[in-house]
Amino acid sequence: MLKDQDRIFKNLYNDKGSDVESSKQRGDWVGTKDLIQKGREWIINEIKSSELRGRGGAGFPTGLKWSFAPKELNSRPHYLVINADESEPGTCKDRDILRFEPHKLIEGCLIAAYAVQAHVCYIYVRGEYLIDGQKLQTAIDEAYEKRLIGNNACNTGWNLDIYIHYGAGAYICGEETALLESIEGKKGQPRLKPPFPALIGLYGCPTIINNVETIAVVPTILKRGAKWFATLGKEKNTGTKIFCISGNVNKPCNVEEEMSISLKELIEVHAGGVVGGWDNLQAVIPGGSSMPLIPKKICETLRMDFDSLVNEKSGLGTAGIVVINKDQDIIKCMARIARFYKHESCGQCTPCREGSGWMWRILERMAKGEASRDEVDMLSDVTHQIAGHTICAFGEGSSWPVQGLLRHFKKEIEKRNNFNPTFGSDKKIPYLVDQHLLEKKDA
Amino acid sequence: MSLRRPYKNQPEKFEFNSDSLKAAQLIIEKYPKGKQQSAVMALLYIAQKQNDNWIPLAAMKYIAKFLSMPYIKVYEVATFYTMYNLAPVGKYFVQVCTTTPCMIRGAYNLVEACKEKISENENELSKNKECSWMEVECLGACVNAPMLQINDDYYEDLDKEKTLKILDEILSGKKPKPGSYRGRLNNEPENNRKTLLDVKNA
Repeated sequence: MLKDQDRIFKNLYNDKGSDVESSKQRGDWVGTKDLIQKGREWIINEIKSSELRGRGGAGFPTGLKWSFAPKELNSRPHYLVINADESEPGTCKDRDILRFEPHKLIEGCLIAAYAVQAHVCYIYVRGEYLIDGQKLQTAIDEAYEKRLIGNNACNTGWNLDIYIHYGAGAYICGEETALLESIEGKKGQPRLKPPFPALIGLYGCPTIINNVETIAVVPTILKRGAKWFATLGKEKNTGTKIFCISGNVNKPCNVEEEMSISLKELIEVHAGGVVGGWDNLQAVIPGGSSMPLIPKKICETLRMDFDSLVNEKSGLGTAGIVVINKDQDIIKCMARIARFYKHESCGQCTPCREGSGWMWRILERMAKGEASRDEVDMLSDVTHQIAGHTICAFGEGSSWPVQGLLRHFKKEIEKRNNFNPTFGSDKKIPYLVDQHLLEKKDA
Repeated sequence: MSLRRPYKNQPEKFEFNSDSLKAAQLIIEKYPKGKQQSAVMALLYIAQKQNDNWIPLAAMKYIAKFLSMPYIKVYEVATFYTMYNLAPVGKYFVQVCTTTPCMIRGAYNLVEACKEKISENENELSKNKECSWMEVECLGACVNAPMLQINDDYYEDLDKEKTLKILDEILSGKKPKPGSYRGRLNNEPENNRKTLLDVKNA
């Protein structure tokens, strides 16, 4: 287990209060000026050598992302955008940072904004987190008052303004280009890439977009050194991470742990074990709903980091762990996730808009045992026609969980849906072309 | 995609009152000059707050003029995002999260409670016209599941009984206390804390 002194978010459960004074006691805003005076290159190199990877799901190296911002500031201003549109089912870590550790985020914003030469930072908070956003606004006001941000922030000569922009309940706005569209006052439909936002982003200007947790850990990394951060976890998967453990566990919780911790330890030690005991475990969704589920057999030895999970054909994503025990109907659980994606598809690309509905309807029927044997393959086919054929990664995000279900629980589905439509059954299958043949008993 | 339609009985006129105007001006200042369209989402919220929790078409037209942008662009935004209510939802708008992490911890018991206390169907006003409920997608409080949101507040760690009590209070015009209903501290593992004990005990 990670030592308490190595934890970055010491106020994760709000034992101490989130105001600026108590944050200062925990080390926020201490020596910020010195860090900034070491220069842009030093900051970016330090983040690069800490091997920090984005905490929003994709795991892109943060230092590398910052280095994509143009080196020279020309007529177009640079922007820093913080993605706090946390909507992935199973994930609720950013909310705790917004409400209990806002000064870590604001300090991180200042350092990041300096590193990518931005004078304006927008924090995109999901609309439902209004109360948490108000807490963040209080912290921003405090920081302005203490001259930590604003003109000549922290006496560094750098000007930074931070504004909150509220979303309004669209999951897709967590996708970075959809988020930019949303800030521009349009509906949140993702843009084609390239051009990447680092060159053409918000209002057509260079924009760097980072997750809340990524930015909030930056000040601590710089203060304690990239080496310290890199010694935690394993190579290329360094540092600490807030894990959200929800679902059928006895003590669901958020906890900050070392990267590459074993899944079993997270569940058994921190979350008080699976409801009904470890043997009652059926499957785990390891990184928010869009990551394929992992059956119990693999959970025994699984380590929670980006690369280990990719080896199991899943992903760390946002590290929102949903534990599903044997009391649950796994097909129904996935059908509900498919309904989520059907509801949240932005409607821009046909494969996703139509396919997400297909997947939902087929899964719903499969859960009831009303699907036919060959629909299992058809479902698999549909997922492959969505993934990779859409503008943004939502296509993958919606089809991976279904593919995961098919990969690990195909037998379960086949057992429940084992009739053959071509031989004497009057089940109606709405999209089958030769439906008329079925309707005749003697066909 | 979710299907969203404007309400049948639309008021003819809508205008910001003085409080709303002030708030709107402050928001427009957040964005660069000429980019006032960015404020449309926030302005729709203001309109929704002023107009008893829903947005009439007249408000969209008003905002379009206010921000000098085409009406259809405002309409697009208002119909795209699910948190803008296009029909009356009552003074107390109850949203029950039923996505998988909440579902497997019994979110549908909360739905039953809503059906008993508020109305048989989703998006249907209660008898006193003050309250309605709907199922929504993940509200981002998964470790506090099952949970629901009433207007801006989160009510967490619920079960059917607790929900019935909360709904009773709301229907009698009181505001129940938001937060966890098992009395735990935010997102900590209940009675099982293994981390940051020095901070807790200090």
